[in-house]
Amino acid sequence: MGLIVHKDKITPILGEKLQKLCPFGAISYDGKELSIGMGCKSCKLCVKNGEGAITFEEEKVNTIDKSQWNGVVVFCEHFKGKIHNITFELLGKAKELADVNGHKVMALMIGSGITAQSKELFCYGADEVYVYDDPGLENFLIEPYANVFEDFIRKIKPSSILVGATNIGRSLAPRVAARIETGLTADCTALEMTKDTDLVQIRPAFGGNIMARIMTPNHRPQFCTVRYKIFSKPERKEISGNPKVMEVTKPMLTSHAEILNIEEKPVDVDISEADIIVQVGRGVKSKADLDRIQEFAASLGATMACTRPLVENGWFDAKHQIGLSGRTVKPKLLVSIGVSGAVQTVAGMKGSDCIIAINNDPNAPIFGVSTYGFVGDWYEILPMLMKKIKKEA
Amino acid sequence: MINIIVCVKQVPGSNNVKVDDKTGLLIRPKTGNKLNPYDLNALEVALSIKDQKEASVKVVTMGPPQAKEVLNECIWMGCDEGVLLSDRVFGGADVLATSYTISQGIKRFGSYDLILCGKQTTDGDTAQVGAEVAEHLGIPHLSNVMEIIEIDESNVTVKALQENLIITEKIQLPCLLCTDSDINTPRLPSYKRKKNMKEDLIKTLTFADYEDQNIYRYGLKGSPTQVQKVFPPERNHNSQVFNGNSNELAENLFSILSEKKFIREA
Repeated sequence: MGLIVHKDKITPILGEKLQKLCPFGAISYDGKELSIGMGCKSCKLCVKNGEGAITFEEEKVNTIDKSQWNGVVVFCEHFKGKIHNITFELLGKAKELADVNGHKVMALMIGSGITAQSKELFCYGADEVYVYDDPGLENFLIEPYANVFEDFIRKIKPSSILVGATNIGRSLAPRVAARIETGLTADCTALEMTKDTDLVQIRPAFGGNIMARIMTPNHRPQFCTVRYKIFSKPERKEISGNPKVMEVTKPMLTSHAEILNIEEKPVDVDISEADIIVQVGRGVKSKADLDRIQEFAASLGATMACTRPLVENGWFDAKHQIGLSGRTVKPKLLVSIGVSGAVQTVAGMKGSDCIIAINNDPNAPIFGVSTYGFVGDWYEILPMLMKKIKKEA
Repeated sequence: MINIIVCVKQVPGSNNVKVDDKTGLLIRPKTGNKLNPYDLNALEVALSIKDQKEASVKVVTMGPPQAKEVLNECIWMGCDEGVLLSDRVFGGADVLATSYTISQGIKRFGSYDLILCGKQTTDGDTAQVGAEVAEHLGIPHLSNVMEIIEIDESNVTVKALQENLIITEKIQLPCLLCTDSDINTPRLPSYKRKKNMKEDLIKTLTFADYEDQNIYRYGLKGSPTQVQKVFPPERNHNSQVFNGNSNELAENLFSILSEKKFIREA
C-alpha cells in the first residue's frame, strides 16, 4: 500500500524534478534510483506530478459503519461551574456542523456540583447535555477526566467531538483520542461537515505558511481542538432542558496524581482583552530598540505584543505572543511593526477592527490583512511620527 | 537512581514554505534542520535534575537517519545516550501513529521513571504527542509544567499552568511531563564535551526491533487522519498601502491615528 515507485518510468530529469518537488524532502534521487524516505506525509504531490512514475495504492481499510456514530459533541470547559466562552463558541459551530446531517448537538460537562449550571448549555444550542457530576471530579486530574470522557464516548458514540484548545483541552483531547485510537487535529481554524458525516478540519501547517485540509475518514469519533476566539459566540436564547446525569463509578476516579494546591495566577497583562495593541516582530533588530516602540505604545495607551520568534529569543514572555501558538486578539486597533505576517500569526489577529502594518518588504503577507499598510523602515518612520505626536500633545 | 527519558525532534531550520500560485505546488527552501527549540526546556529540566541527583538521561527521537544529528547535540549538552527510532514503516505518521511508535520504542529501553517532552514542535505544532505517548504507556501526564519543586525515586511535585490557575500536583512515577517554554533557560551544548566524545552513544531501533509487529499501528497505515490537500492561506481584504519616503509615511500614519482618535490626550 501507499506510494509505489515505477522504476522503469523514472528518467534522470523526472527523478531530479520529483526530488525537488517533495515539500517534505522525503524523495531522494541519486541519478539511478528514486526512493521515498520516512519524511513522506503522503501529500501525493509526486503522484499528481510524477507522470505516472509514482502511483498511490489505496489501502483496503476496515470501513466502519458511520451510521452508528451520531451527533456533534462539545466538551464543556468551565471553572467550578462557570462556563468558559470557548464552549459557547464551539456550540455555535457544532450547530452548523450537526445541521448538515440532521445530527444533534451534544455537550459534555465534567465536574462536581455542576448539574444546575450545565443547563446554561441548552441556551447556546445544545440539544442534549450529559454531565458527570461527582466530588471526585471537582478539579481537573488527567486520569479521572480521561476515564469519564472515554465512558461517554463508548456509551454515546458521537460522530465528532470539538474541544477548546485550552490548557485542559490540549491535555485531555490527545489522551482520550489515543485511548480510543482515533485521529485528533489540533488548532483547527475552520471546520466543515460532509454529507457523509466526515468532519473537514482545516489548520495551518509549516508555521502557517500553508493550510492543510485534514479528514478522519475511517475512524470515529473525529476529534479536533479549536482555539479561543476563532469562532463566534452565538446569541443566547432562553431554552430549558434536563441534563442527563451519567453514572460515575469508583474505578473511573483512580488517579496517580493529587492536587496539593491551587492558586490564582498573578494577574498580568492579558493581551486578548486589550483594545489597542502594538505588535512587534522580527523587523526589530535588537532588544534595546524595543524602548522606542514602547514609547510609541504608551502614546496610544497600547499593550505590547509580539510574534513567536521574539518569545523564542527571550525578549518577551509567551503571554505577549499573538498567533495560533499564542493568544488570539480582537482589538480596536493593532499596529504591527516589523511583522511579516505568517498565517500562524495572522490567525491570532485577523479579528482586529483596524490593522496598521509597517514593514519594509512590500511583499510581506502582513499587507494582505492590514487595513493600512506602510511600506518602509520603522526605524525611520517611528521617530518622525513620535515627533509629530509630541508636537501635537 | 532516577531514569529520565527526554523526547526530542529534528525540525526544519525554517518554516518558510510557499505555495506557487500558478501550479499549486509547494516551494520549500533548502534550509538545514535543527533541534526543536521547545525541546531545550525539557532537556534542561532533565539535565538540572542530573546535576543535583543521581540520574541518567536518555534522549529519544523518531525520524530519518539524519535525525541522529540532534541526538548528538543533546549528548554534547550532557545526555548519557541517545536512541533513534527510524524505519520506513514509521513514515507518514500522524499524532496517533507517531506517539505509538515513540511509546513502543520507549518500552524497549527497559525501566524509566520520568519522561519529559517540550511544549510542542515548531513544524507539526500540535502539542499533542506527549499526552498520547503517556496514554500508550499507561502512565499519568501533566502539561504546561512551569516548575519542578521536588523529585525523588517515587514521586515528582510540580507546578503547572491551567489557564488562570497555578496547580501544584504530586504525581507518582513513572509519569510524563510536558514543559512550558517559561520553565527555564536552556544550556548550550558543550564543545569540550563534544571534543572529548570518542564513542558513539547513539543506538538505532528499527521496526524489526519492536515487540508489536502489527504494521497497521505505525506510519501512514496507523494514522487515522489524512491530509487531503494543502493550499495557500487566504489573502483578501481591502487594504490601503502607502509607499513613499519615511517622512511622507510618518505624515500619513499620523493623520490616520489622529483622525481615528487613537492618540492619547496628553
